[in-house]
Amino acid sequence: MGLLPVRRRGADGVSAEPDGPEDRLRRFATIWSRAVFPVTSTSLTRAEFEGQLLPLARRLSQALLARTVDTDEGRAVGAALVTAHCTDPDALTRSLDCVDAYLVLYCGGEGDREDLRSRSARLQHAMAAGFAQALRERTLAEQEAIAQAALEAQGVVAQALHATEARFRAVFEGAAIGIGIADLDGNVLQVNDALLRMFGITDQNMRGRNVRGWIHPEDAPQTWTLYDELVRGEREHYHVEKAFSRPDGTVLWTNLTVSLLRDADGTPQYQLALMEDTTERRLLNLRLRYEATHDALTGLPNRTLFFERLEKALSAGEGQRFGLCYLDLDGFKTINDSLGHAAGDRLLVEVADRLQSCATAPGEMVARLGGDEFVALTTGPDTESEVDELATRIMNVLLAPVRIDGRELTVRGSIGIVEGPAGERGPAEVLRSADITMYRAKSAGGNRFELADPEADARAITRHGLTTQLPAALDRGEFFIEYQPLVHLGDGSVRGAEALVRWLHPQHGVLGPDRFIPLAEHTGLIVPLGRWVLEQSVRQAREWRERYGEDTAGGPLRINVNLSPCQLTHPGLVQDTVDILERTGVAPDALCLEVTESALIGADDDLLKPLRQLAEMGVDIALDDFGTGYSNLANLRRLPVSVLKLDRSFTQSMQQFPADPVDLKIVEGIVSLAHGLNLAVTVEGVETGAQAEQLRILGCDTAQGWYYARPGPPERLHELALVDATG
Amino acid sequence: MERPAWAPRSIDISVPSVARIYDFYLGGSHNFEADREAARKAMEHVPGLPKIMQANRAFMRRAVRFAVEQGITQFLDIGSGIPTFGNVHEVAQSASPGARVVYVDHDPVAVAHSRAVIAENPDAGVVAADLRKPQEILDSPEVQRLLDLKRPVALLLVAILHFVEDADDPYRAVAELRDALAPGSLLVLTHAAFEGIPLSQEQVQGAVDVYKDIRNPLIMRSHNEIARFFEGYDMVEPGLVPMPRWRPESENWDPDEEDPWAFSQFGGVGRTA
Repeated sequence: MGLLPVRRRGADGVSAEPDGPEDRLRRFATIWSRAVFPVTSTSLTRAEFEGQLLPLARRLSQALLARTVDTDEGRAVGAALVTAHCTDPDALTRSLDCVDAYLVLYCGGEGDREDLRSRSARLQHAMAAGFAQALRERTLAEQEAIAQAALEAQGVVAQALHATEARFRAVFEGAAIGIGIADLDGNVLQVNDALLRMFGITDQNMRGRNVRGWIHPEDAPQTWTLYDELVRGEREHYHVEKAFSRPDGTVLWTNLTVSLLRDADGTPQYQLALMEDTTERRLLNLRLRYEATHDALTGLPNRTLFFERLEKALSAGEGQRFGLCYLDLDGFKTINDSLGHAAGDRLLVEVADRLQSCATAPGEMVARLGGDEFVALTTGPDTESEVDELATRIMNVLLAPVRIDGRELTVRGSIGIVEGPAGERGPAEVLRSADITMYRAKSAGGNRFELADPEADARAITRHGLTTQLPAALDRGEFFIEYQPLVHLGDGSVRGAEALVRWLHPQHGVLGPDRFIPLAEHTGLIVPLGRWVLEQSVRQAREWRERYGEDTAGGPLRINVNLSPCQLTHPGLVQDTVDILERTGVAPDALCLEVTESALIGADDDLLKPLRQLAEMGVDIALDDFGTGYSNLANLRRLPVSVLKLDRSFTQSMQQFPADPVDLKIVEGIVSLAHGLNLAVTVEGVETGAQAEQLRILGCDTAQGWYYARPGPPERLHELALVDATG
Repeated sequence: MERPAWAPRSIDISVPSVARIYDFYLGGSHNFEADREAARKAMEHVPGLPKIMQANRAFMRRAVRFAVEQGITQFLDIGSGIPTFGNVHEVAQSASPGARVVYVDHDPVAVAHSRAVIAENPDAGVVAADLRKPQEILDSPEVQRLLDLKRPVALLLVAILHFVEDADDPYRAVAELRDALAPGSLLVLTHAAFEGIPLSQEQVQGAVDVYKDIRNPLIMRSHNEIARFFEGYDMVEPGLVPMPRWRPESENWDPDEEDPWAFSQFGGVGRTA
C-alpha cells in the first residue's frame, strides 16, 4: 500500500531522493500515521497528522543510528504522541508495533541488524515510558483544570447566590414593615428588626415564640379560622386587622397579611407574616371618631352619635321599644343674656353631668343636641314604664339649684316624651314629635314633661310644614289676592275694596291669612309678603282707575291693605310705600292702610311716626278690628287714623230683628264719637239687608260683608261697580 | 428573581454534563466519573460516538478555515463546551492572526474552563448564556466588545441544536441570531440525525435515552428539519451533507478512508444574503 519507491513529496512539501534515507524515513512516517490515525482524536487530516509524525520519526531514526543510544529521545517521542492527541492506549500499541516492525527496516541503514534491533527495543521501552508519563501528566493537568473550573463555577454561582441573598437580607432587615417567618406549627423562625420594634421585644425573646400564643381579646372571630386553614394548606394567604399585646401592657394594632410558602414541589413549608403598625392611625381614628361624635363642651355624645343610636334603636327587632326624652331648659336664654355665656356654659356642663347620672343602665344614653337641648334615650322591651321613670329622674336631678359665681341658679326644664315600638318611625320623625311635645310642655308653663300625642303632632306638623314652605311659596307665586268691596251705606255705591291675601297651597288648597300670616309674622317673611301684597293691590287700584276713571258715583275706587304689626316696625315701610305708589303712579289718597287696634296698644311716638308720615302724604290709616282690644278711646286722639273699622262682633247681633238695644247704643256712641273726631266708620261682617239698613240708620259710613259680596277676583268688583253705576 | 433565596443551588459535579461527556469522547480528561459513566453507557449503544465527535471537530476546523478564506475574522461559537484542542480561536487565529472569537455556553463549568484557556488571549472572550435567549448573547459585554455586528460574522452552532427541544423553539432563536447578523455572515451548523448512523434507529435510541436520563435530551432531527435552520441563508456548496462530505481538504479525498461513524451527523454552512 503505497510503499513503492517512487519520488514522493512529503507532508512538508520537500521532495526527497527516491529510496534515499529521507525518502525511506518518510515512508516510515506514512506507515506510522496510517496505523495510528484511526485511533487518534485529532481534528487534523491524516496528511497533516503525518506531518506531525515526521519529525518524531526523524528523531527515532537519529537515535537508532547514534553512537550510544539516547533513551531520552525515545521518551520525548512517546510524550510527543500525547501532545499530538494520541491519548488512546491503542495509539501507543500501534506506534510500538510500527517502530518494532519498520524502524530498523526503513531507517537502520547498513548497521548490524542485531544491534539495531536491540537499540530499537530500548527506544520502544523509552517511548512507552515517555508516553505513560506524558499521558499521566496531561491527565492530571486536565483533571486539575476541570476541577478548578468546577470550583470557580461554584464560586460564581455561590457569589450570585450570595448577592441575591444579601439583597433579600437587606430587604428583610431594612423593610419598614414587620416581616416574620414561622413554620407550620407556629414556631417563629426569623423576624426582622421592624417587627421587633413594633412588638417592643428583643430577638432573644422572640425566638421560640409560637404564633398561636398571640391570641388577643380583640381578635376578630375569623382570625384563627383563617390561620388554621392556612397552615393546613387550604388557603394561600389572608389579611386581617389584628391586635397584639406588648410586654409593657400596651396594644399593638397591625394590618396583618399572612402567606403560605410552599417548596418547589408545592408542599407547604413556612408561613410568612407581613405586618404594618396601625396603632397610631387607629388611635387617631378613634380620637377623630370621638371628636366627631361628642360634644366638646359637655363631653356628652352629640347629635351625630345620638342619631346613630336612635336609628339603631328604631331598627331593632320585634318586641323592642324605645323611649325618648327631649329636654329643653326653661329660661336658659335669660341666664345666658344676664350672666354671660361663660356662666351659661358652666350651667350646661353641670346639667350634662346630672343628666348623665340619670341614664346609666345598658341601652340608655344622654346626648346634647345643641344649645340647651338634651335628649335621653332608653331602649329595650319595657320602655313604656322606663321612659316615665327616666323623665322623672331628669326632673328630679334638675331640682337642686346650680351654684355659679356665688349665685344659686334654679334650673327648670320641659321634656317632650316619645315612646313606641321599634320599626315604625324614622329618627327624624321621632325627634320632631319629641320637639313638638317639648314645646307643648313649655307652652303649658314649663317645668314638666308631656307625652307625645299624634293629633297635636299632626297640627303642629302642618304648622311646621307651612312655615318651612312659606319662603318658597312666595318665590313660586303661590299667593294671590282677593278683593272684598267696601260699599257706601248712604247710596249703596262701591267705594273701594279690601285686599285679602290667599295662599294656593299645592297640597292643602287655598289657605286663608289666619293660617299663614301668624307664621309669616313669626319668621319675618311678612315683610316681603306684605310688600308684595301692597304692590299688587296698588297696581289693581290703578287698573280700576284707568278703566273707570273718576266716573264711579263715590269718586275713584280705593284700596284697603292690611299692615301687620311686624311691618309696622319695619324701617322700610314708608319708603317702600312711597316707592310703590310712585312706581305705579297712584295717588296716596287711593290707598288705605289698615292697622289692628291691638298693634297700636301702647304705641309710642317712634312706632306712630311712620304712620304719621304716611297720613301726612295723604294715605288713609284705618284702625282695624276696633272694639276687640282695650278700645282706648282717649288714645284715638293721638293716632294718625282717619277710619275706624268696627269689629264684626258689634254687628253680629244686628243680623236678627230686633237688634240688641245695647249693641245699638254702643255702635251709635262709637259712630258719634268717631264722627266727632272726624273719623269715618266702616263696619265689617254685614250679612243681611236688615243689618245694613240698621247700620245706615246708626250713621255708619261704609260697610263690607257677604251681603254685598264675598272676597273675590278683581273682575267681580268691576261687575259690582257697573251694577252699582247703572242702578 | 425566579427562585427564593433560601432554595439551595450549586454546581453538582455528580450530574453529568454534555460538555464534559463530549470532552471524554475526544480523549480528554476534563471530566468526572459521572460524565464518563454516562458516556460509556451511550457508547454501549453507539460505539462510534467518539468518531462522530471527532468528525464534528474536523468539520468545524474546515468550516472555520473556509470562513477565514471568505474574509471573515469574527466568530461567535455558541455551545462551545470544553475546548480540549483544535478550538475555533486556535484554528481561526493561526489562519488569520487577530481574529476575534466569542465562546458561549450555559454550562458554568465549561464557561469557567474556557475562561482559563483564553485568559491570555485578548481577542477571545467567553459568555455565560443560553442559546434559547439570543438577545442576552447579543447584548453581552463580550460580544459588544469583540464583535462588530455590522460586519460579517461566522456563527457556529456545532453539535448544539440537537440539545434544544422544539418546545424551546430553536428555529426562533436561530432566526433571531440571523436577524442580528450583517450580510455575508455565515452559519456553521452540525446536527444529529438518525439518517447516516450505521445502526438501526432502535439501537441509536439507547444512546438517545442516556441523554434523556441525564436531563439533556438529544433531539434527533431529519435532514429537512435541520435544513430549516438555514432559512434566510444561501447554502454554501455542497449544502447540508454528512460531515466528512463537506469540502474535504484533500483533492483526492476518498470516502472509503473515512471512519463510517463520521457520516452520522449533518453539517452545512449558509451565507446571509
